[in-house]
Amino acid sequence: MSGEPLVEIRNLNFSYDGRPVLTGINMVIPRGKVVAIMGQSGCGKTTTLRLIGGQLKPTSGHVKVAGQVVHDLDDDGLYRLRRRMGMLFQFGALFTDMSVFDNVAFQLREHTDLPEDLIRDLVMMKLHAVGLRGAHRLMPSELSGGMARRVALARAIALDPMLIMYDEPFAGLDPISLSIIGELIRTLTQALGASSVVVTHDVQESLKIVDYVYFVSAGRIVAEGTAEDIRRSDAPYVHQFVWGEADGPVPFQYPAPAYADQILPGRALHG
Amino acid sequence: MDNVITRALTNLGHRVTSRIRRLGFASRFFAMTLVYSGTALKRFNLTIREIYFTGVLSLIIILVSGLFVGMVLGLQGYDTLQRYGSSEALGILVALSLVRELGPVVAALLFASRAGSAITAEIGLMKATEQLSAMEMMAVNPIARVVAPRFWAGIISMPLLAALFSAMGIFGGYLVGVQLIGVDEGSFWSQMQASVDFREDIVNGVIKSFVFGVVVTWIAVFEGYDSEPTAEGVSGATTRTVVTSSLAILAADFVLTAFMFRGV
Amino acid sequence: MNRAALDLWVGFFVAIGLASLLFLALKVGNLASSSTGETYRLMAEFDNIGGLKVRAPVKSAGVVVGRVSEIRFDQESYRAVVSMQLDQRYKFPRDTILTINTSGLLGEQYIGFEVGGDTAVLKDGEKVKKTQSAVVLEKLISQFMFNKAAEDGGKK
Repeated sequence: MSGEPLVEIRNLNFSYDGRPVLTGINMVIPRGKVVAIMGQSGCGKTTTLRLIGGQLKPTSGHVKVAGQVVHDLDDDGLYRLRRRMGMLFQFGALFTDMSVFDNVAFQLREHTDLPEDLIRDLVMMKLHAVGLRGAHRLMPSELSGGMARRVALARAIALDPMLIMYDEPFAGLDPISLSIIGELIRTLTQALGASSVVVTHDVQESLKIVDYVYFVSAGRIVAEGTAEDIRRSDAPYVHQFVWGEADGPVPFQYPAPAYADQILPGRALHG
Repeated sequence: MDNVITRALTNLGHRVTSRIRRLGFASRFFAMTLVYSGTALKRFNLTIREIYFTGVLSLIIILVSGLFVGMVLGLQGYDTLQRYGSSEALGILVALSLVRELGPVVAALLFASRAGSAITAEIGLMKATEQLSAMEMMAVNPIARVVAPRFWAGIISMPLLAALFSAMGIFGGYLVGVQLIGVDEGSFWSQMQASVDFREDIVNGVIKSFVFGVVVTWIAVFEGYDSEPTAEGVSGATTRTVVTSSLAILAADFVLTAFMFRGV
Repeated sequence: MNRAALDLWVGFFVAIGLASLLFLALKVGNLASSSTGETYRLMAEFDNIGGLKVRAPVKSAGVVVGRVSEIRFDQESYRAVVSMQLDQRYKFPRDTILTINTSGLLGEQYIGFEVGGDTAVLKDGEKVKKTQSAVVLEKLISQFMFNKAAEDGGKK
């Protein structure tokens, strides 16, 4: 991996209510690259994004974005940094009381004093980039899941961010929308000269578009490498994940007391 | 045995501390809402929008209820007063009960169930669908952008709604008392005017409705902001808003009345 | 809903809200004729004020000319000291007599001004000399009964 990193995570630990969520994470996201964080649901992927965005504070270790330690910034500094980040939420998180146009215009209106006709041009450009210029009058409730995700993407890139974060961009999409989003992630990263972090458990789709992959399991990085490395990997966990096997290092059973103890009568269940 | 007592005490302690912690959160949230009110007041069109949702959309229910409450007061009041031969005091009875008590209190109760629940549900759903989180990530403070405008809209709407309720109620009392039953119109109004004091009754009524406005919207925005981000959480929070603010209105009303009309 | 329609509705709402406040203030509370104007203060001592209360009306010839603003007990004279705020427009001679009356048999009590003939008028902060105590109904009745009894006794 080459180039000066945009995001650098060192020895990161995070626990919630005394329960460790992330342990000893080291991660580097270089400029202009698409990096994926993969793993099962609930393994701490989204938490990692929130730590990069400064919505959570690490228990120890640090997260550096563009040379600044995120959790050392005050509110103003954090907000200034966030203007240069875009985030696509899992289900779009569009503002339901605003039209598509107003959603995309939101940040421009909040953070700039641009005249309305310039804002209009900018919004149309962003909507054109995601192919939804014609839908600018619609309300979020009138959009399909894939369209909502594309509008949210247009909104995330409204201020031409240096870092775009995607939280499960592929979840719940039909195959066509899936490839559109994948395609958009790739092209927008290039067009904006930005870096992208994709948090996902959709292996096949993301392996097509990413430069580098981190595999997270139970709050630890268990494997990393390029898409090709991952496909060929014979580490048991990665193999199970990439090929979608039901049983393996990740057991089918949720941790429980011994089966026999629980179903045999006359034994105390609590103990 | 020992175990049972310990467990009961632990349970009680846990409940008390969690209540107090929540009250602390709510107070801090209230302070933050005030601190971040700059946007809501500077970009007043944000607040105007919310006045539409809290105030204008509550108009119908407030006006209709006010009219009926006033009409019932007219009927019941006349029935009682005429036994003592003082039916011309009907104006006083209707006006004082509305301006001092029923106007602010009933309007606030209706406001809590009409607008308060809507505010909680809206903010709760925005939280559940990550809209608040998205706003934060777009470097916009949700308290300044979402909470404060709703808070100020509630505070502005509440006294106006209470005044409308009282005015409508007095009109209802007039309809029943004067037009229907035939109490003398002149004495209806003049007795009312002689006994209702501007500062003592009307200003105090407005102060009450202002306080209720603060209490109801504060509870509504806090419950919404603090709700569990699930369907169950939002519905629970909405119910809590209506229940808590109704109790708070009645309790605050008692305290305010005790201070305002003491021994005069 | 577009911006203009929204503004219109909110404007309408605020306008009728303020109008009803105005209605309450003027038509119901009678703000126009109540004591918002200039007032001056008079004081008077009474032996017994009966059920007189703060904010009770002060009337002359049946017209409300002011209100009772304060009632307190004077430790030295053992009498009640009543302060009143009177409308600046009305002046009264210095030999005016103050009485405490009841409107109707069981109605509220008020202070009545029985105007004298002095040319000098009462000024702000002055104390009225001549006062007449409240008529206490119980006393009146017992007096009546006593007199009646005495009368009957005399006849015998």
